Amino acid sequence: MNVDKELDARGLNCPLPILKTKKSLADMASGQVLKVVSTDAGSVKDMQAFANQTGNILVSSAVEKGEYVFLMQKK
Amino acid sequence: MKKMAIIATKGTLDMAYPPFILASTAAALGYEVQIFFTFYGLQLLRKDLSDVRISPLANPAMPMPVPMPVLVQVLPGMETMATMMMKDKLKKKGVASLEELRAVCQEADVKFIACQMTVDLFDFDKSDFIDGIEYGGAAMFMEFAGETDICLFV
Repeated sequence: MNVDKELDARGLNCPLPILKTKKSLADMASGQVLKVVSTDAGSVKDMQAFANQTGNILVSSAVEKGEYVFLMQKK
Repeated sequence: MKKMAIIATKGTLDMAYPPFILASTAAALGYEVQIFFTFYGLQLLRKDLSDVRISPLANPAMPMPVPMPVLVQVLPGMETMATMMMKDKLKKKGVASLEELRAVCQEADVKFIACQMTVDLFDFDKSDFIDGIEYGGAAMFMEFAGETDICLFV
């Protein structure tokens, strides 16, 4: 999947990964994909909850080399 | 649009976090949010938040690197030390500062309401407070709170 923008949220703790995801999505167009890399274990459930409540689509959520990688498609 | 109201009554470093974390997150999720700051919570509206501190005294749940008897906790400088240690830990763990979270709230149009009665009670100087806040009373809070999906007292 094409990634239009990346957000490095490594080292940030709750709620910063969510707040920065929201901010990053703000200037993106509908259908574009944001890649977020986080080291916060809590962000796995938080990203899903963010998607559920905002209507943005969490395309994938994975663990790569101890980091959490999310692909979020803007609604 | 979903709505959330919070009453913030505490002015210590630890208790300053929940209102700002929940408000900024709710705003990011599309909630309309108001925080009503009353009593010691008003300290969180000061331009300068450096007086927002934490004390180990009468706070037995605070994790300490070494056990500390209460008689030691009352010594001068202990509160300063505890505050420095807590801020250092927050930074190391990537937790946002209060200033940062408060700014996110304001950018996201979270409405801050200062309790006029407490401002009068403690003779607070309004020029010490940040811009963009409103002053009001209990009835003003109820008007919004009565229509919220989430209403919290911190």
